[in-house]
Amino acid sequence: MNAAFVVFLLFLLVVVGTLLFHILSPWWFTPLASNWSSIDNAILITFWVVGFVFLALGGFMVYCLWKYRHQRNRKAEYKPEDKKLELILTVVSAIAVVGLLAPGLSVWGDYIKVPKGAVKVEVLGYQWGWNYRLAGEDGVLGTTSIHNISDENPYGLDLNDPNGKDDLMVQDADLHLQIDIPVEFLLRAIDVLHNFYVPEFRAKMDMVPGLVTYYWIIPTKTGEYEILCAELCGTGHYAMFGTVIVEEESDYTNWLAQQITFESALAQNKIKNKTIQLAENTK
Amino acid sequence: MSDEHDYKIEAKAYTTSSSGAAASSDERPDEQELYHSKSWWTTYVFSQDAKYIGVQYLCASTAIAVLALVLSVLMRVQLAYPDLNVLSPSAYYQAITMHGMIMVIFFLTALFLGGFGNLLIPLMCGARDMVFPFVNMLSFWIFLLSLLVLVASYFVPGGPTGAGWTLYPPQSITAGTPGNLWGLVLMLVSIVLFVVGFTMGGLNYVITVLQARTRGMTLMRLPLSVWGIFVATIIALLAFPALLVAGLMLLLDTVLGTSFYMPAIIAVSNFGKEVTTDGGSPILFQHLFWFFGHPEVYIVALPAFGIVSDLISVHARKNIFGYRMMVWAIVAIAALSFIVWAHHMFVAGMNPWFGFFFAITTLLIAIPTGIKMYNWVLTLWRGDIHFTVPMLFTLGFFITFLNGGLTGMFMGNVGTDIALSDTYFVVAHFHFTIGIAPVLVVFGALYHWFPLMTGRMLNEGLGKLHFWITFIGAYAIYFPMHYQGLQGVPRRYYEMYDSIYASSTGLNEFITIVTIVVAVSQLIFFYNVINSAIRGEKSKRNPWKANSLEWQTPTMPPKHGNWNKLPVVYRWPYDFSVPGADKDYIPQNVPPSQVRRAKVEKT
Repeated sequence: MNAAFVVFLLFLLVVVGTLLFHILSPWWFTPLASNWSSIDNAILITFWVVGFVFLALGGFMVYCLWKYRHQRNRKAEYKPEDKKLELILTVVSAIAVVGLLAPGLSVWGDYIKVPKGAVKVEVLGYQWGWNYRLAGEDGVLGTTSIHNISDENPYGLDLNDPNGKDDLMVQDADLHLQIDIPVEFLLRAIDVLHNFYVPEFRAKMDMVPGLVTYYWIIPTKTGEYEILCAELCGTGHYAMFGTVIVEEESDYTNWLAQQITFESALAQNKIKNKTIQLAENTK
Repeated sequence: MSDEHDYKIEAKAYTTSSSGAAASSDERPDEQELYHSKSWWTTYVFSQDAKYIGVQYLCASTAIAVLALVLSVLMRVQLAYPDLNVLSPSAYYQAITMHGMIMVIFFLTALFLGGFGNLLIPLMCGARDMVFPFVNMLSFWIFLLSLLVLVASYFVPGGPTGAGWTLYPPQSITAGTPGNLWGLVLMLVSIVLFVVGFTMGGLNYVITVLQARTRGMTLMRLPLSVWGIFVATIIALLAFPALLVAGLMLLLDTVLGTSFYMPAIIAVSNFGKEVTTDGGSPILFQHLFWFFGHPEVYIVALPAFGIVSDLISVHARKNIFGYRMMVWAIVAIAALSFIVWAHHMFVAGMNPWFGFFFAITTLLIAIPTGIKMYNWVLTLWRGDIHFTVPMLFTLGFFITFLNGGLTGMFMGNVGTDIALSDTYFVVAHFHFTIGIAPVLVVFGALYHWFPLMTGRMLNEGLGKLHFWITFIGAYAIYFPMHYQGLQGVPRRYYEMYDSIYASSTGLNEFITIVTIVVAVSQLIFFYNVINSAIRGEKSKRNPWKANSLEWQTPTMPPKHGNWNKLPVVYRWPYDFSVPGADKDYIPQNVPPSQVRRAKVEKT
C-alpha cells in the first residue's frame, strides 16, 4: 500500500461518508405541524440537486486522484482551454440554478401572501418573553403605539380607538391556536430584535421595534410546540421560551373564554387603583 | 499565436541590456525607485519592504486567530458540557462576538490581503517592492493598533461587546447585552482603525498590480493568486467604506444618543438610562452592514480561489484549465457580490418583495463559482498529481468548498432559507465556506511559500499529519451541524435546557471532542513552523519547479529589491508539461528562443 493509495482511500471515505451520514442521520426535520410542506419539498429538491453535484464533482476528483497520480513517465496533458466543454458546463449550471429557484421563489410568493380571512394574532416580543393579543368579537385589532405603553396598557393600545376595547390580552408565554384555521401573526418588538420561530411550523420572521412584520400559517396537527427566539436579543436570548398549543375547536373556545379584554383589564385596574387610593387615604 | 510578438519583446529586452552601458540606469523606464533601510530597526521592525510587512501581517493576524481558536474551544465545551459552567451567558456571547469578528476581519482579511498580498504581489508582478512603501508600513502599524484596541476591550468595565459579530442595534446598544458601552465603543474604534489601515495597504496592492508589473507581464499573464488578491482588494476598497459609515453612525448612537438606527423603544441603555430615541431604523444598519458583509465573504474567498488555482496547477504539473474563464469568473463574482447582500436578511422584516430579487442574484453567483470548481477538477484530470502537502490542502479545500458552496443553495434561495435561517445549518454553511475552506488554503499556501520567507522547507511528514487531522477533524465538526440545523436547533444559544431540540446532545459532545483534538493539533503546525525556520532543510532556488516569478529570484529567500535586473516575461505562468519542452515546466522569464521546440499554445 503506497502513500498515493492512502490519500485516494481517505478522500474516497470522506465523499462516501458524507453520503452515508446523510442517508443514516437520525437528526432530521421535526414532524411538520403546519401547511408549509412546500418548504420541506423545496429543501428536499435542493438536496437531490446538490447531492448529485457533490457526488459527481467529489467522485470525479477522487477518480482523478488515483487515475492521474504521479508515476514514473507520467506526463500531464497540455490543454489550456476547451471552449465547448466550458460552454456546456456553464449552460448546465444555469439550468440547475433555474431549477432550484423555481420552487424557492414559488414558496416565498405563498409565504408573503396572507389568505383572506386569516385570524390576526399579534405577537409582542420583549427581553425576554412573549405576549399575545387577539382581536375580540369585532375581529379587528385596535391600533397601538409604543408611546402609549404603560403598566396599565402593556400593548400600547390607543384609548380612543373603539376597535381596541374588546381586544383579548394574553399576557402569558403560551399561545393557543385552533387547528386548520389560517393565522396571520403580526409581529412587534418593544425593545430589540427578536424572531418568532416554531421549528414544527418551519416559519420564522424577525420582530423589529418600530415595524409590524408578519407571516402566516395553518396549524395542521394538534400538540404543543416550543417557541424559540431566533434573533440574538441579549444575554437572555437562549432562555426566551414560549409554547404554542394547537387544539380542536372546543378546547380553543374554552381557552378563549378565559382571556380578558382590554376594557375589562382597564376597569379592573381602575378598581384596584381606587382601592389603593382609598387605603392610602384612610391611613 | 503571439509568439512573434514575444520574440520582439525578447529582442527589445536584449537590446536594452546590450546597450546598458550606454543608457544610464535612471533613463530606464521600468526601473523603480527603492527605499533602502539604514538600521536594524528600519529593516526588521519599521520595515518598508513588502516581504517583511507581509510576514508581519501573517504573524500578527495568526496571533489574534489563536485567541479566536481558544474562544471557540471554550464555546464548544460550554455547549457540550453545560454542567462545567466554563462560561457565563455574558461571557459566551462575548466569545461568539470576538471569535466571529476576529476570524472574518482581523484574521482572514488581514492575512490574505495584508499577508499574502504583500508577500506575493511585488514578487509575482516582477516589481522590486510596493509602489508606496512608507504607506505600506503605516498600514501594518495601524492594523496592529486596531488589534490592541480590540484586545483592550477585555480589560474595560463590562468587557467586550456581546452583540454578535453583526452588532445589530438596538441590541448592541441596550443594557441587556454585555459590553454595551465600552466594549462596543472599542470594537467600533478598532474597526475604524482597521479600515483606515487596510485602505493604505489596499491602494498599494491595486496600484502596484496596475503600474509596477515588469516588462511583458500583461494582465492576462498574471498568476491567478495575484488576480484573486487584486480583485478582492478592489471590492474591499469599495465595501469597507460601508462598514466605516455603519460603524461611525452606530458609534454616534452609542455615545451621543442619536437615532440613526434607534426607533422608539422601551429599554434601558448605556449609563442605566431609559432610551429616549425615536425614528431610527434598525434595518438600515443591517443593509449597510451586509452591503459590506457580503462582499467581505468574497474578500476572503477570492484570494483563496486564486491561490488554490496556482497550487493545484503547480502540484499537478498541468496548466490551470480555462485560465481566461477563471479570470472572468473572479471578476463576475466580484461584481455580483455587490447586489446580493440582502440574502442575509430574508427573514429580517424588510420589504418582502426584495426576497425575489436577492434570491435570483444570489443563485446567479453559483454559475461563475461552479465554473471555478469545474476548472479546478479539470486541472487534475489528465494531470500528474504529486501528493505534496500543498496539494493535500488544496484537495481538502476543494471538498470543503464544494460542500459549503452547495449548502449555499439552501441559504441563498429565499423559500428554503425561511426554515433554515438562524439555525445551525447556517453555522455549518459559513464555517465550511469562509472558515475551514480558506484556512485550508492558508495552510497550503504557507507550506508552499514558506521557502520564500525563510529559505527553508517545512517538514513534510509533520505537514501531512497536520493536514489529515485538520481536514478530517474540521469536516467531522461542521458536517453534522447541518443536520442539527435541519432539526431546528437555533444558533447563538448559550444552552438548550431540556428542549426537544437538545436531542442532539450526543452529537454536541462528539463535535466538542473533535474540536479540542483539531485545536490542539495546530501545535504540530506551530512546532513545524518554528523548528523548520531554524533548522529546516535548506530550500533549493525553485523547490516546486514552478513558473511564476516569485521563484525566479537570484537568491532564496529573495533579497531587498527582489532582483538584480528586473525580469522580462514571455509567457503565462502555467506552461507545465508543454509538449516538446525538455523539462515539465517553463518559467515565465524563459524566452521562446531557449525552448524553441516547445509547442506553446497560450502565451
